[in-house]
This record gives sequence, C-alpha cells and structure tokens, in this order.
Amino acid sequence: MANLKISEKKTKAQSMGLHTEKLTGKTQQKFFNPDEAENFFYWGTYDVDFNKRIDLDVMDLDCKEANRKIDELMSQGYGTIVIKNPQGKHSLGVGVLNKLNLIFEGSLGYFGVGSIDGPTVRINGRVGWSCAENMMAGKVVIEKNAGSCFGAAIRGGDLICKGSVGARTGIDQKGGTIIIGGDAGAFTGFMMQRGRIIILGDVGINLGDSMYDGTIFIGGKIGSFGSDAVESPMTKSDIDWLKRKLKVAEIGDNFDVSKMTKVVSGKKLWNYDALEPTEKKGAI
Amino acid sequence: MCGIAGLIHRGKSSKVGHELQGMLQALKHRGEDSTGYALYGDTEGKNFIMRVKVGENVGEGSSSVAEDVSVYDKRKKIVESYLSEMGAKIIKEERVLPYSLRYEIEYNKDDLLDFSQKIESIPGVEILSMGKSLEVIKDLGNAKIVCDRYNLDKVVGTHAIGHARMATESGVDIKSAHPFWGYPFSDVSVVHNGQLTNYWNNRRILENKGMRFMSECDSELIAVYLAEKMRNGASLEEGMKDSLSGLDGVFTYFVATKDSLGMAKDTMAAKPLVLYESDDLVAMGSEEIAIRSLLPQEIDTYDPFDGEVKVWQI
Repeated sequence: MANLKISEKKTKAQSMGLHTEKLTGKTQQKFFNPDEAENFFYWGTYDVDFNKRIDLDVMDLDCKEANRKIDELMSQGYGTIVIKNPQGKHSLGVGVLNKLNLIFEGSLGYFGVGSIDGPTVRINGRVGWSCAENMMAGKVVIEKNAGSCFGAAIRGGDLICKGSVGARTGIDQKGGTIIIGGDAGAFTGFMMQRGRIIILGDVGINLGDSMYDGTIFIGGKIGSFGSDAVESPMTKSDIDWLKRKLKVAEIGDNFDVSKMTKVVSGKKLWNYDALEPTEKKGAI
Repeated sequence: MCGIAGLIHRGKSSKVGHELQGMLQALKHRGEDSTGYALYGDTEGKNFIMRVKVGENVGEGSSSVAEDVSVYDKRKKIVESYLSEMGAKIIKEERVLPYSLRYEIEYNKDDLLDFSQKIESIPGVEILSMGKSLEVIKDLGNAKIVCDRYNLDKVVGTHAIGHARMATESGVDIKSAHPFWGYPFSDVSVVHNGQLTNYWNNRRILENKGMRFMSECDSELIAVYLAEKMRNGASLEEGMKDSLSGLDGVFTYFVATKDSLGMAKDTMAAKPLVLYESDDLVAMGSEEIAIRSLLPQEIDTYDPFDGEVKVWQI
C-alpha cells in the first residue's frame, strides 16, 4: 500500500496566489524511491525450489480452499505442485505471481489460471471459459480443448491449446502469444490490441473483428473476416518466427507455416485524434 | 445466468431423475429461483401422461398470488369433468402437491390442440406437459428441493433435460419456470439459457397463427417457435436450424422429443455449453461440473461452435 504522507508543501497554484486555502491531511500519492526496500517487494510472491515437488488432491476442496493451499505450499518453497482431481472446478490456480511448475492432472472449469505472472502451467485435460484471462507472463499448455474467451486480455507469455477452442479467443489481447493446435470459433481476436494469435486449424466467422493492432496467423479455412480485419502478405521474418514459436511450443510438427494466412488491422476504423483540446480549438 | 443440463442414454435406460438432479444441483450457483425437469421415462407408450398445475407455489420468493386450496379442488374437479367430456379415461391419478396433478389417461386422438385448449380454458390451469413418455416437473427451489418434493430420484428413462433458473425477464413462479412443453405436440420440451430480443415481434406473429403462450418468459418462445415449424411439416432439426436466424439474441437451448435430444447455439456463441459424447451417452451442460457429477473420471469434452445444431437419437 502506498505510504500516506503529510502534505504540507504549498502547491504551485497557492504560490501563484490562485487560491489561499491550505489542505491538510494525508496523500496517497507515492513517488518511487529506489533506496526504499519496499519498492522491490512484489506482494504475494515466493522464492520456490523447482526440485521440491508435492501432490495436492483437490477432490474435496472448493476453489478458495484449493488456491489457499497452493499459496501455502509456495510459501513453504514447493516449486513443483501437481494438482490431482481438479474435476472441472472453477478459478483454480489463479493469481500465481512467481515462477512455479504447476501441473493439473485433469480438467479445469471457468477462469482457470487467471491473472498469473510467471508460472509454467501444464493442464492434462480441458479448460472452460476464460482460461488464463489477464495473464502477464509465463507459459500455459492445455493438452485438450478449451472453452470460449481463451486468453482474454492477456498481456504477455505463451498460451498454448493443443485441441480446439471456442469463440472470442484472444478477445482484447494486449500482448503475448496464443497458439491453437485445432480449430477456433467465431470472433477470434475480437478487439485485440497487440500480440499474436496462431491457429493451425479453421476459424469461424468475424475473425479479428475491430482489432486495433496485433497479428493473427491462420492455417486452415476462415469463416469470414470481421470489420477492419485484412489479409497481409507473409514475410520471411513471419515464417522464421512461426517456425521457432511452434517448435518451442511443441506443436504442429511439419506444419507448413508458409501457407498460413496473415491477418492484421486495416486501421480504417482508427479514429484517434492527435491534437490536445487546446490545439484543437486553435485548429478550428 | 441460468444453467441448463441434458443427457441421453443410447440403447439403455437409467435413473435419469437422479442423474439430472446431480447435474442441475452442480449448477445451482447459476440460479435457484426455480428448477425444472423434463424426464422421458420408460413407459409402454399406450397412455398419455398429463402433468397439470391448478395453482401456483406461493412459497418464499414466489411472485404469485396466494389462493385457497379449495380453489385448487374446484379446478381439479372441472379438469376431470372436461377429461370425461372429451372421452379421455383416467387410468391413474396422483396429487403430488395441492396444486400439482399427474394423470395417466387413455385418449385416442393424436391432435392435442383441441384437448389442450379445452383444459386450459379453465382459469388458473396449465398443462405442464402431455406425452406418452415426457413428464415436465417444475417448481420453486433448487434441484435437490424439487427432486425430493416430487420423488424424482427413482424415475427411470432414456433421456432428460433440465433447467436451474435465475429469474430475470419474468416472475419467480412455476408458469415462468423451464422446461416448456412444445404445445400442442406430444413429448416435446425445451430449456433455454440466454435472452431473446425479438420476443414480442415473434410472439405477435405466432399468436396470430393460433399458437398459445402461457407466460411472458422469453424462453417459452423457443418451444412455441419450434412447435409451429413442426406443425408446418418441418423436422425438429430443420426447425432448430431455422431458429438460428428466426430468433434474435443470445441463446443456447436444448429440445427433446420422445426419442431424441438436440442442442442449438446462437451465431455469436455467447452462452456457454460443454458437451461430452460417447457411443452410449451424451451429456451436456452450461458448465463442465454438471457433467462431472455423472462422470467423475477424466473425459474428453468440448464447446460446440457458434451456430451449431446437433440432434441425437436414443
């Protein structure tokens, strides 16, 4: 939490005589000071040892209890945690903010491994809607299929599904890479802003609808392009990057990436105004 | 945010009442204002089973107006006299609750329109289902409460669909609860998760064609829409495919007939559905945990895509 500091200094406006009242109380405004140790503390993270491994059976735990237990194990230094019997429960493995090997022996429900920042996750099953939503960094591999809103608003990391995914994959994506081994549903890449999506199979209607930026690569058939999504020529660097990425992701052996379709924003819907309001007045 | 679940056993019967109860109870966080079951039981297929309500549940949370049990008794008498008038012979009668009746009747006509119109001309009376296999049971409360109240645990059958409701568009009462019977077709039922945005336009058109609505719940439109399509000769699957463009809004719905179970998902795939399919069982629900109540072992499931329609036979 930010330091609460007494604000006693005269503001610039007061010095100029624009107003005379003096505010008292505390401010939540926080300035970064590298000399303060607390600035280097990332709350909720632990130093873990990957060689320290433990199994956790969550059959009889609800999602809160299971997530607390994972947190407790990380605080004890366990760096490899194997979750047994997840049974399609929702919101498992969320908010892990440090390096960790997290393995799920089964399927997850909705909002699995959301808001993570750094762990390597392997799910030997299927995931429901909104898997890895808001992921910041790390790697997530799903062995089977995934539901809709896969990788919604992710900002970084690699999110890999070896099966097929539902609708709105990568909606509002802001970074990172999403890789799908099978097919994807409608509205893939809807309003994406940055990052890359690779789909080896077919994709549904309205691909890349209203995307601001970012790149989508499709290996199969495209149902239809969404508003302002356009095809772009593949470059050599695209092909090299795709080959490297698929190899690292251990997916799509011998897949001919040179035949993929590259989709980007046409930027016709962009309506940004580069002028400040004051400049705008002058211009008018 | 309602929850729907359905299952169909292919080539065998099972305790579908118990199985569906487990699936719907797993979805109770999606809504427990009311819960409904459409169970397709093992019957000889000779007589009709009519589930009818002569009043509403006025328990906690109900939006219905309280009525005296004597009013229900009067309505019950009129129902029975009308049955006799129409040549329907009551083989067995069961009064599960003061407002809920179950009749096994011998009736030789296949067209149920006149029959249903006559019964429902009695104020306060609604046929919940009519069929030789189908029984619709719906009431206020979660799946366990309704199952216990109506002794559904032991019902044996081939397939079933059900609904856990969070009331949004209409009242907390039995008339707005799902499943809806595909009036006036024998053995057709529907459950739905979503919102239909062209409800009134469609309702006016269908009412002008002589179709009947009992509630103001948008989901009822699907049952009536499909019934009207089938009345004009379309197959169930054709009607469902038509509904993808005829119905506007976001929806995932299940429809069941005497020997089949189908699902349809809107073209935006905005409502969830998880599906498990094997040679002898199809199970589906709004969330995977519903299927897990049936199959705790690791299984392969998937989300159907946008605009997908599927139908399975028993």
